[in-house]
Amino acid sequence: MSDVVSRATVAEPRTGWLTPVNQRRLQNFKANKRGYWSFWIFMVLFLLSLFAEFIANDKPLIASYKGEILFPVVVNYPEEKFGGFLAETDYRSDFIRDEIQANGWMIWPPIRYSYNTANSNIPHSAPTAPFWLMDSQERCSGYPLGNEDPGCTFGNLNWLGTDDQARDVTARMIYGFRISVLFGLALTIASAVVGVTAGAVQGYFGGWTDLLMQRFIEIWSSMPLLYILLIIASILPSGFFVLLGIMLLFSWVGFVGVVRAEFLRARNFEYVRAARALGVGNATIMWRHLLPNAMVATLTFLPFILSGSITTLTSLDFLGVGMPPGSPSLGELISQGKSNLQAPWLGLTAFVVMSVMLSLLIFVGEAVRDAFDPRKTFR
Amino acid sequence: MNDNVTEPILSVRDLSVAFHQGGNTSLAVDRVSFDIRRGEVVALVGESGSGKSVSANSILKLLPYPAASHPSGEILFNGKDLLKASDAELRHVRGNDITMIFQEPMTSLNPLHSIERQIAEILDLHQGITGAAARTRVLELLNQVGIREPEKRLSAYPHELSGGQRQRVMIAMALANRPELLIADEPTTALDVTVQAQILALLKTLKDEHGMSMLFITHDLGIVRKIADRVCVMTKGKIVETGPTAEIFSNPQHAYTKHLLAAEPKGKPPASDLSKPVVMEAQDVKVWFPIKAGFLRRVVDHVKAVDGIDLSLRAGHTLGVVGESGSGKTTLGLALTRMISSKGRIAFVGQDIAGATFKDMRPLRNRMQIVFQDPFGSLSPRMAISDIIGEGLKVHERNLSDKERDARVAAALEEVGLDAATRWRYPHEFSGGQRQRVAIARAMVLKPQFVMLDEPTSALDMSVQAQVVDLLRDLQAKHSLAYLFISHDLKVVRALANDMIVMRLGKVVEQGSSEQIFTAPQEDYTKALMAAAFNMEAVAVPAVHQ
Repeated sequence: MSDVVSRATVAEPRTGWLTPVNQRRLQNFKANKRGYWSFWIFMVLFLLSLFAEFIANDKPLIASYKGEILFPVVVNYPEEKFGGFLAETDYRSDFIRDEIQANGWMIWPPIRYSYNTANSNIPHSAPTAPFWLMDSQERCSGYPLGNEDPGCTFGNLNWLGTDDQARDVTARMIYGFRISVLFGLALTIASAVVGVTAGAVQGYFGGWTDLLMQRFIEIWSSMPLLYILLIIASILPSGFFVLLGIMLLFSWVGFVGVVRAEFLRARNFEYVRAARALGVGNATIMWRHLLPNAMVATLTFLPFILSGSITTLTSLDFLGVGMPPGSPSLGELISQGKSNLQAPWLGLTAFVVMSVMLSLLIFVGEAVRDAFDPRKTFR
Repeated sequence: MNDNVTEPILSVRDLSVAFHQGGNTSLAVDRVSFDIRRGEVVALVGESGSGKSVSANSILKLLPYPAASHPSGEILFNGKDLLKASDAELRHVRGNDITMIFQEPMTSLNPLHSIERQIAEILDLHQGITGAAARTRVLELLNQVGIREPEKRLSAYPHELSGGQRQRVMIAMALANRPELLIADEPTTALDVTVQAQILALLKTLKDEHGMSMLFITHDLGIVRKIADRVCVMTKGKIVETGPTAEIFSNPQHAYTKHLLAAEPKGKPPASDLSKPVVMEAQDVKVWFPIKAGFLRRVVDHVKAVDGIDLSLRAGHTLGVVGESGSGKTTLGLALTRMISSKGRIAFVGQDIAGATFKDMRPLRNRMQIVFQDPFGSLSPRMAISDIIGEGLKVHERNLSDKERDARVAAALEEVGLDAATRWRYPHEFSGGQRQRVAIARAMVLKPQFVMLDEPTSALDMSVQAQVVDLLRDLQAKHSLAYLFISHDLKVVRALANDMIVMRLGKVVEQGSSEQIFTAPQEDYTKALMAAAFNMEAVAVPAVHQ
């Protein structure tokens, strides 16, 4: 038959970086409208939160002082420059504000608080409600000149109120979102690397390697994670990376099962045997021939692991064994909401942010799962 | 009976099947019509992708609806249109009036149910027979399909049976309710030739005894000639020719039918030349897998997969290794290429490699290559053709620049008859025959001296088989290659091999020049194998298989 000539038509060099399989996956991903939009909304929120310092900060973005253009957000100017005496300038203080206004100008970020800035002009004792729940007299009553005070501007009002230490909830929410996502991403990627490697080695070599590691994993994963965390948290100084390290010790196990199963299945494929017959080494076979198979299962897993990691961090913060005190965190916001039932904006804010973030991630996860489902095309 | 002969029990009229996939609609079957009369065997013949299985599956509406649909046509079974039948009516027809046997006996039986339970379930479903009456009927059925000592087999599970026995159980299930029509979808393709002959003989006697009709789907014209009364030749979703078997074979009208009939592998191997150097030599090769038992896992016995084989293979020659599945022929090939460890002396171009480790073997790997059976499995689906073929070069000829390597890949593709421009594509864009050419190119690009061909043609359509055989012969002549050709298909072996080994249970049954063995086989087993392969005759062999 014309077996030879028929299909071999035009030269078609690889176009772009997407193989046909991946192009189909991308289409499937886009076809899931909810997941696709969730992905973009999440990416926009995440990118915005990466620039949190430019959105919510207690330093102006740009200032002009005596003809000199200053960038207080990125450069730390000592207060002497403006006639003060502190090592770090408090741009929110009346003295500095008047001094700069007299000799130039300042452009503030939309929100004039950082996550740890306390509002010293609150109308009554903290926590205070969002400004739109108070009338215009009350919301500025903490300022020396009341309604007429130049400090009582939109960026200085607390959009979502303040917490029990008079810190702006909006600012803490933005920074808290960022740290949650970053922690989740870091933990997910690190556990994927460790878990995939371990699963790959087990599945590929099988036999005793597999047996011993499986037994080890069984013992390892039956340790009570929460108590170990509590114990370690009381010994080590709490911090982002310590927490990441401890969580990583246990979270990589989740990937091993899927990857090991994929490798066990695929190592007997004929193309793997064919590669061995060519003299290709073990590492290359694992990397080039087997890993792509396992990546489908792994990638499908990722968004769900990510949302799981975020939830874990939040619950640890809620219990008070997570991030060091003072750091912006959604879990801490929830626990504040719990101890200040008269201030429902605390709990509500944390609840809305958590549920939106986790819902978006789950929707993205569903779309990713659709994208990698080989049977999806038959529907 | 006479008026029944003219009256078709199944009449397919203008049947079309369309598949919808992501907005695209493809027509798999295009207005096909055929009739099956009572007591008649109709064969639906075509190559893979011709739509023959899809047509057969739509009779019982077994296609994945709603992805599949029927734009036109009707299927009249005893005057009733099955396409319009309700689910309840269809369930009554399925397994009762019309039954099916599938290709793969390994997967069509439930591995968790005993034989008795699987057959009894059907009896219970359609006739309400249970208990002792069901057991009697099951025994009767097992007797009918020729399972020896059926009482002992009742509680057996599918994994305890051989492929042929499983297919017999499938037939027993299909016969349980005395169907009027049996649809057999490639029922012997997965079986050895000797077993195939037995199953065909069985189907024929059962058909005669019960007066049932049969729709036989196959790609193998030899089977058609043996069993069918009438033939429908299908290609690209259409029936191009219909007629009585004898007429189609003696006087084919359509070009495609002629092409099919002419497609058998032909030709002779190049003449033996004893002056050529010996490439591969082996003495007393043994591969024994230990059977361990007891708490301490002591070795109590061995499975003797390969048990003392001697061979020698010269450059430019082909050694055919034939045998049924489980005879150890692939294991022998893997032992010779040191993919598994073995005992005995193996010398490759004079160098003893019997004890060589994987690392020791690496510098030799480019001179000995393997082409595997399944071209769908042996190419990594995630790598472009250029990467697949270039992989060996990256290991063995590291000093090649990207450009040089690309040139070598292109040359290898041209050599196996593919357009070099296809090297940027992925395996799924190629047909089976083209994939097998890619697999051959992957071996040839390293310029080997010895190639082990492990059933390289058995996953391919008949006409493609012939092309691949021609290609292999051309390559051999050009590069003076030594082939170890492993196959259960004696026709292909006859077209390629100078010498051959007939293997059974790891041992040599007969060894010698292939001309001599084909013309005058000495051993009974070889004779039985030949009869089964060339005439589909079941000859009683001193039993191992039944």
